Amino acid sequence: MYTKEVEDHLANPRNAGELIEPSGTGDVVNQVCNDRIRLTLHIVDGVITDAKFKASGCPPTVAAASVLTTLIIGQEIERAAQLSRNDVIAALVRLPPAKIHSAVLAIEALQGALDCINNREEVSGAKK
Amino acid sequence: MKVYLDNSATTLVAPEVIESMLPYFSGDIGNASSVHSFGQRAKAAVETARRQIAELIKAAPSEIVFVSGGTEADNLAIRGIAEAHSATGRHIITSAIEHPAVLATCEALESSGFRVTYAPVSSAGVVDPQQIREAIKDDTILVSIMQANNEIGTVQPLEEIGRFVRERRRAGASNLHFHTDAVQSAGKIPIDVDDLGVDLLSLTAHKFHGPKGAGALYVKKGTRLGKLFYGGHHERDRRPGTENVPGIVGLGRAADLAAQELSERSDRMRGLRNYLEDSLKQRLTDMKINGDGAPRLPNVSNVSFAGVDGESVLINLDLKGIAVSTGAACSSGSLEPSHVLKALALTKEEIRGSVRFSLGAFTTQAEIDYAIAVTVEAVKRLRELAPAAEESARASL
Repeated sequence: MYTKEVEDHLANPRNAGELIEPSGTGDVVNQVCNDRIRLTLHIVDGVITDAKFKASGCPPTVAAASVLTTLIIGQEIERAAQLSRNDVIAALVRLPPAKIHSAVLAIEALQGALDCINNREEVSGAKK
Repeated sequence: MKVYLDNSATTLVAPEVIESMLPYFSGDIGNASSVHSFGQRAKAAVETARRQIAELIKAAPSEIVFVSGGTEADNLAIRGIAEAHSATGRHIITSAIEHPAVLATCEALESSGFRVTYAPVSSAGVVDPQQIREAIKDDTILVSIMQANNEIGTVQPLEEIGRFVRERRRAGASNLHFHTDAVQSAGKIPIDVDDLGVDLLSLTAHKFHGPKGAGALYVKKGTRLGKLFYGGHHERDRRPGTENVPGIVGLGRAADLAAQELSERSDRMRGLRNYLEDSLKQRLTDMKINGDGAPRLPNVSNVSFAGVDGESVLINLDLKGIAVSTGAACSSGSLEPSHVLKALALTKEEIRGSVRFSLGAFTTQAEIDYAIAVTVEAVKRLRELAPAAEESARASL
C-alpha cells in the first residue's frame, strides 16, 4: 500500500524533535482527521540551517513531515517557500490518493513556519 | 522473526488438513455427482466432511449445506429466509456490529421493501437480549445475531435470544427464524445448535486452520429456504454447483481437529492473549482493551492506544515482521472508521488508536514476547513523535 520511502520515514524519522528557540514554528492540524505536524526552523542569513518536526496521524503524515525536513535543510527560504505538495509526494515516490492530505499538511506547516519568520522580521523592522 | 497475529482475517492451513486434501486434486478427482467409482469416492469424502462439520456444531449431517465461505453462508441464510417467507412478513432484526456480509445483505433487502432493525450494543460490545425480544414483531421473519464479533471478539448471548425466539414461536410466530454468523467462533468455543436455539448457522474453514473457499451453512431440518443460485440439485437442492471436493475435505478435517483439540487450543490461546494484554498494560500507559468485561473469544485482543494512529502502529509492526490489523480487515481500504468500534461509543481517538491482535492455534509464547516488545517500542516512539497536546495548532486550510 505504501512505498518503501514512506515506510522508511515512518520507521526511521529524520530530524524528529523540536528546536530550542526556533526562528519560526509552523503547527497545523487537519480538522477532519486530526493529523498534526509541528515544524520548527533555524534560519541564519536567509538559509534554513536546521529543521525538526513532530507529527501525529497516519503513516504518510509522519513520512511527509520527515521527508520535508530533508528537502528544506540547507535551502534558502525563498526557494523553500516555493516547495509544493507535489515535491513532498515525489520525495516519497507516491502517496495513495486518499493520503494526499498528508503532503498538503506538511507544506502548510512549512508555510506557517515561514510566515512566522516574515511576521517577526516585519515586527523587528518596525522597531528599527 | 515473522509473527502472524491476524488470525481473525485468516489462518494457516494445518499440515494434517493439507494432507487430507491432496488426494482430491489429482488421484480421487471425481465429480461427487458422477456414478463411476471416481465420483463415488469423491461423494464419500464429501459425506465424511459433512459428518465432521455436523459433529463440531452438534447437528445432523443432513442439516449441513456446503458453500464457498462465510459471506455466501450469510447471504444464503438471510436472502433465503427473506425469499421463502416474505409472504408472511418483511421484518428482520440484526445488530449494529455484524460483519458486512450480514449488514450489506440486510441493507440490500431494505431497498427491496424489507424493514430491518439494527439492535445497538453496550459499551462492552454485547447485544441486549431484552431489546431483541422487544424488537420482535408479528411480521418478523428473521433474527440474525453473530455469535462472536470479528473485531473485538465479544461473544453474544445467543442462548437467551434463542429462548425468546422459541417463546415467540410457541405463541404462534411460526415464521420466525434465528440465524447466527459463527464464522469467528466455530472451532474456538463449543457450539451446540440446539442449545443456542438457532435455525441457521454460518461457518467457514479458513478461520480455523482450514482452506479458503470452503464453508457451510447449518439449516435446521424443516426450514424453508430460498436459493441464491440455480442450475443443479446439489446439496439437497439448496446450493447448486459442483462441490469443491478438496476444500470440503479440508473443511471437514479442520473441523475434526478443532473439535478434538477445542479446549486445549482455547486454553493455550486464552493464556497467551491474557499474557499479551497484561504485559502491554504493565509497560504502556493510556490503553484500553475493547470488549473487556464481556465474554470474549479466547484468541482476540482489540486494544486502543491513546494518542497514536492504529495504522502507524500496524506499519511499524509490519516492518518488523508482525501482522496485525486495524478495524475489520475487509474494510481497511475505506477511510470510514470501523462500524463496530463506533457502535461501542468509543471516542474518535480510541477508534483511531485501535489495533487488533488475533492469535491462532499455532501462535507461540516466543512470538507473543516478540510482539509485546515491538508494540511497546512502536507505541512509545509514535507518542514521542507527536506534538505536545498543550501547544496550539492552526487549523489546516
